[in-house]
Amino acid sequence: MTFVQNFPFFSIILSMFCAIVSSVLSGKAAKWLHLAMVTTVLFLSLGVLQYTLVTGESYTYMMGHYPAPWGNEIRIGPLEAIMAAAFALLMLLSVLGGLDHIEREVLGSKQNLFYILMDLLMSSLLALIYTNDLFTAYVFIEICTIAACGLIMAKKVGRVYVSAVRYMIMSLVGSGLFLIGLSLLYSITGHLLMSPAKEALENILPQSRYTVPMTVILLLLTIGLGIKSGLYPFHTWIPDAYGYTTPAASAVLSSLVSKGYIFLLIKLMVRVLPYGSLAGQHMTNVLFVFGIIGMIMGSVDAIRENNIRRMTSFSSVAQIGYIYMGLGLGTTAGMAAALFHVISHGAMKALLFVSISGLCETSGGRMDRLGLKGAGFRHKIAGLGFTVGSLSMIGMPLLTGFVSKYMFASAATTAEPVKMIAAWIALAISTTLNAVYFMRTVLVLYTWVPQEQREAKDYRPSGTEDAATLGLALMNLGLGIASPPVIAVLSKGLEIFG
Amino acid sequence: MSRRNPKYPGSFWEHFTQWRRGEYDPSQGKMEIKAPGKKPERGSWLPSALSQEMRDDYELGMKRRIGAFQRVYRVMALLLALTLTVLLLVTVSFLPAFGDVNAPENNEVARRYIEKGLEETGAVNIVAGMILDYRAFDTFGESCVLFIASCCVLILLKVDRDEDPHSQALEDMNDRHYEPNRDTVLQMAARLLVPVIIIFGIYVVLNGHLSPGGGFSGGAIIGSGLILYLTAFGFERTGRFMTEKLIKSLTLCALGFYCIAKSYSFYTGANHLDSFITPGVPGEILSAGLIVYLNICVGIVVACTMYSFYTLFRKGGY
Repeated sequence: MTFVQNFPFFSIILSMFCAIVSSVLSGKAAKWLHLAMVTTVLFLSLGVLQYTLVTGESYTYMMGHYPAPWGNEIRIGPLEAIMAAAFALLMLLSVLGGLDHIEREVLGSKQNLFYILMDLLMSSLLALIYTNDLFTAYVFIEICTIAACGLIMAKKVGRVYVSAVRYMIMSLVGSGLFLIGLSLLYSITGHLLMSPAKEALENILPQSRYTVPMTVILLLLTIGLGIKSGLYPFHTWIPDAYGYTTPAASAVLSSLVSKGYIFLLIKLMVRVLPYGSLAGQHMTNVLFVFGIIGMIMGSVDAIRENNIRRMTSFSSVAQIGYIYMGLGLGTTAGMAAALFHVISHGAMKALLFVSISGLCETSGGRMDRLGLKGAGFRHKIAGLGFTVGSLSMIGMPLLTGFVSKYMFASAATTAEPVKMIAAWIALAISTTLNAVYFMRTVLVLYTWVPQEQREAKDYRPSGTEDAATLGLALMNLGLGIASPPVIAVLSKGLEIFG
Repeated sequence: MSRRNPKYPGSFWEHFTQWRRGEYDPSQGKMEIKAPGKKPERGSWLPSALSQEMRDDYELGMKRRIGAFQRVYRVMALLLALTLTVLLLVTVSFLPAFGDVNAPENNEVARRYIEKGLEETGAVNIVAGMILDYRAFDTFGESCVLFIASCCVLILLKVDRDEDPHSQALEDMNDRHYEPNRDTVLQMAARLLVPVIIIFGIYVVLNGHLSPGGGFSGGAIIGSGLILYLTAFGFERTGRFMTEKLIKSLTLCALGFYCIAKSYSFYTGANHLDSFITPGVPGEILSAGLIVYLNICVGIVVACTMYSFYTLFRKGGY
């Protein structure tokens, strides 16, 4: 075993250790520790990515002295490594983008607690990405949920309490369903590790004895993770949760937390369910329908919304719908498109939330469209960031959103004809609706206003925020231009994921 | 010298030109129709101390509750719960019977835990061996769940000087001064019970690898003993030793030790290196490798978390 193979384990333990140490540090020290930790995780993940690409296969790593069906285990391949690297990069840029807001909006004595939550969130995302064990996944889902709840209410002003309670209730329902599904799965397979569970399922599924429990298990696991990631009919917590908290938390919640659950669902679909099982087919059909409804209804809700942050949150509902639609196609190409969109949507949403905070601040804290008139002149970099993010969302070529949509459209051709037509129509409608509400907002930002309204009053420009906005915009551009290598890694990883 | 198109006034292009100059706004008059009119009046019976923002929030909440929606919502919730109950009951009937020898969970995993657990982990209590050795990573995650939960409660409930300049007033308002700390019956009972409870808790933690129990249950017993002591004698007495600093450093040491010790164990395990941790002689108090120390760590974390939850909910501080 080479030293590089330890890196995934190091990155999980490092983030947990930083959280523990931060409990006695000052807010400032905790901040630097967090930034250093995320940067280290980024480089460790890149190292792992390079290693797995060179060897071209995935490996398992024992967490302890006992091999697979007895002890805990993580499993690492190119797909996991690139996800970990992307998540770490997005985390770093989101936190940098909201750094000054955290300092202003979170109380001084509680800033270290905020960074503890961020550290543990990072560790739980890494664990969800790497784990090969169903129960470990559940434990880290719990950590992720509580951390997200804390991040939502960290601002401690106004509606955040309502949003945090709503998020907590919905999310706990999701966790509960997932846990019930997990225990049912254990009682028919006798395994908590994913690969042995799959072998057991392959043996018992041909006998029709367990058809009913298997369907219920699939239902519970999928609905559980669907609620937690904001699949359409279970999305009601999203606008409040993303709309009122501090910008860094909004960016992290929308671009990472829901994606962690989606990645876990993909892992369950590939690694636990036997390929082409009857139940699996039904599940993809259901996901496809919900995904399509989400794509359209999320955009309709966004059009009806006047508050720019809530509008962007509703657009997350639509984008999560895209991802589920890709999974629902039931083909490898659809899954690759969904995985690319996980990264791509992360980059777009983080950029939008970070730049919205700058725009609102120069408009006297107003978030409605009238108040934002001409905000693009007042805060040039945030305006640029929002425009780039919006164009990417709509699917402008050269930006990452275009590549996602292109991949979804071409993946649809690999599915059966009905799904293909439905996916194309939904993509067309959703893109049009996206264009309606994002372009409307961009036009408002650049509406002509008198000269005196073009200067921001009592606003402190923030270097880190601008740098993060530019970084995220570049990430959008980079993913858009240099998508082939990323897609190659994703498809390579997906081949050896199961 | 350009001649104007007779259709130009009022056309789309005129509006566009005007919009570019800033003289015309298509959203003007369309977006302000729903002017906030009656809002403040409807909530006027709310205490005047509430800010306008909180009123608006309340109004928004009320608006959503109003109407038939609420009734439909209740019926739907009931239906959903019933459906889920029936679904799960039906599913259970398809599962292997409880205690069935041929059930899928009686496989090689359980067999090895039962047959080789003692030899490999050194723990007489097989459950302790499972959660703290075979699957120690999960248990570390669970300890972190407690840690993060107490962090969230701290963010939510801890009263800080810099948060609210009137925190002195808040402190006066809390029940600290009104607590029944002159209750003789309670105090006598606590005097008798608390030492026994805490010693029993320590016993359960320390014997976690030998008998039923362990860090989670023992820690909960110790925590409840501390809470009983606090209820009987008040914050003046407990505040002498259970300070914020002590709780923080205990949690830090316990979790930090768990993290470092287990990292060592995971690292040596995964890289197939020799580890100096041995199972020892089964049945002795200092046996079973790391399990006894990890139990102590978990016990400390659980006890501190329980105690700090109680104090935070009661008065927002230690």
